[in-house]
Amino acid sequence: MDFLTIIQVLDSTIRLSTPLLLACLAGLFSERAGIFDIGLEGKMLAAAFFSAAIAAVTGSVWLGLLAGTVASLVLSGLHGLASITFRGNQLISGVAINFLAAGMTVLVAQDWFQQGGRTPSLIGGGRFSPLTLPFAEALRDVPLLGPIYYELISGHSILVYVAFLCVPATWWVLYRTRFGLRLRAVGENPAAVDTAGVSVVGMRYAAVAICGLLCGIAGAYLATALQAGFVKDMTAGRGYIALAALIFAKWRPWQSMGACLLFGLLQAVALRYQNIQLGDFVIPVQVMDALPYILTVVILAGFVGKAIPPRAGGEPYVKER
Amino acid sequence: MTLMKSLLGAAASLALTAGAALAEPALIFDLGGKFDKSFNEAAFNGAERWAKETGGSFLEVELQSEAQREQALRRFAEAGANPVITTGFAFADPVNAVAGDYPDTKFVNIDGWLPEIPENVLLISFQEHQGSYLVGMLAAMASKTGTIGFVGGMDIPLIRHFGCGYAQGAKAVNPDIKIVANMTGTTPAAWNDPVKGSELTKAQISQGADVVYAAAGGTGVGVLQTAADEGIYSIGVDSNQNYLHPGSVLTSMLKRVDVAVYETMKSGTDVGTGSEVLGLAEDGVGYALDENNEKLITPEMKEKVDQARQDIIDGKINVVSYYENDSCPALSF
Repeated sequence: MDFLTIIQVLDSTIRLSTPLLLACLAGLFSERAGIFDIGLEGKMLAAAFFSAAIAAVTGSVWLGLLAGTVASLVLSGLHGLASITFRGNQLISGVAINFLAAGMTVLVAQDWFQQGGRTPSLIGGGRFSPLTLPFAEALRDVPLLGPIYYELISGHSILVYVAFLCVPATWWVLYRTRFGLRLRAVGENPAAVDTAGVSVVGMRYAAVAICGLLCGIAGAYLATALQAGFVKDMTAGRGYIALAALIFAKWRPWQSMGACLLFGLLQAVALRYQNIQLGDFVIPVQVMDALPYILTVVILAGFVGKAIPPRAGGEPYVKER
Repeated sequence: MTLMKSLLGAAASLALTAGAALAEPALIFDLGGKFDKSFNEAAFNGAERWAKETGGSFLEVELQSEAQREQALRRFAEAGANPVITTGFAFADPVNAVAGDYPDTKFVNIDGWLPEIPENVLLISFQEHQGSYLVGMLAAMASKTGTIGFVGGMDIPLIRHFGCGYAQGAKAVNPDIKIVANMTGTTPAAWNDPVKGSELTKAQISQGADVVYAAAGGTGVGVLQTAADEGIYSIGVDSNQNYLHPGSVLTSMLKRVDVAVYETMKSGTDVGTGSEVLGLAEDGVGYALDENNEKLITPEMKEKVDQARQDIIDGKINVVSYYENDSCPALSF
């Protein structure tokens, strides 16, 4: 494997990791506040559709991003309403959101565009184009660093940089602000937070809203940056892999980035080399596809450290009377 | 929703035509969906053409899950639809299981294979390797780098069958050509993952490919899009996809599912049974040439490909089928 191939595989890793990372951080905010969110997939799908649809109609990708985010926020609001206000089962609400998004996107797409549940192909300003970072052209021919900077770091769409900047931002918000402390406390011991005079319901709604925002960006990235339009079920299970990454990272931001990059790398390697030859052994591509889930199961089984979810996760908060 | 509508429609039409011998044909689409711009859409177009020409109507349903196959077949058979046409290889077994219970209904399956065909079943298959051979030749002639790509959908023998013909055609033009072949996945989700299709295409481009053939249903949309973005050629499949990105889609491997459905509906209840194979000679497969790609296919390319087509029909060229011994002489998967 030569240097350029490694760069290309890593470049592909970054593209594939970005939606996972955004969805994973979205889940992190929600679950750290005690709201399990299995509906990441559905929110991404809805955002993918509405961003592509509005970008196709208006020709502006920014309006598309806004529409995608709003759609995702609406679904988040539904999840919040069901699981916070009405104290329903969070898993069931999440599953319902996935079903709702899978059906609704295709139905609305067929009604609006009559293209069999797709949006028209986006052209020109309807898509996020790759950004060339400053000095990328000039540094291109520098050995070693040149290709790394030009091929790997430069040349992605702006949402990729946003996603990776979200990691330190998430860390800072969660561990260095009053809001973050309260958010984590709400996920561990909501009664204590309530005693301190902070609204548990308000904190949880805020967390769910941040989750919706990040899922919205993830969906818009899929439909308007990676692809040029929406296709039925285009998230293809990425929301679930993001959940797996979240567990793998034990609900921590930097580790989330590591887990998403690892899962992205596994996908990129599987795409580049279908069957990997190791001496006499051949690793079939299916093993690579299944590895994220296998790793998660190993983690959950307690072989590598222990993954302990936020203590109040999944339980609606009932104030004592 | 569609299922509900169709079932209600089926029930209504049963009520209306009860006792009458007049039967409507029914069409069941596979999981890729009616508007996949490819295989199922071709079937739908054939049915629409029949409906327009004859003024007849047909029942239809789009499957939503694996579990609905047998259920949909039984509902249509009980509603008196005849013949019941199904698309996709995965319908062969359910048809086999159901056919015996409805001896007066004729079942038609496109792409399927059964060791023993029941009396009232017609299996239509296509010589996809022959059509793929022709587009493989075109790919090899259009390639400047000497490397071409193949992106398959779900890893099943049928898709390997496509890839195998493609590789043989390419090697016939240029014996030293390098063929990069990838499959999108091993589950039905592989038919609808354009993001993965894009990444596969990018990976193939970085390995030097400058023509990529997508036999991957909805995933192919991503392949064709990326090829257009990166300025290389792509080849569509099943339906004529040349119009999706004019100037970038070199050609499309046509599989005339529409013709098969049209002819079946036209024959109605008199449709024959057994198995039927449509190849180049019957115009069941071929390559697409229209105003969107006429500038890309030079007269010499066309001449060579048309010659090969004739040679295959005359038996001078033997395109090896992947099914013969489950392996391909020109490509390893």
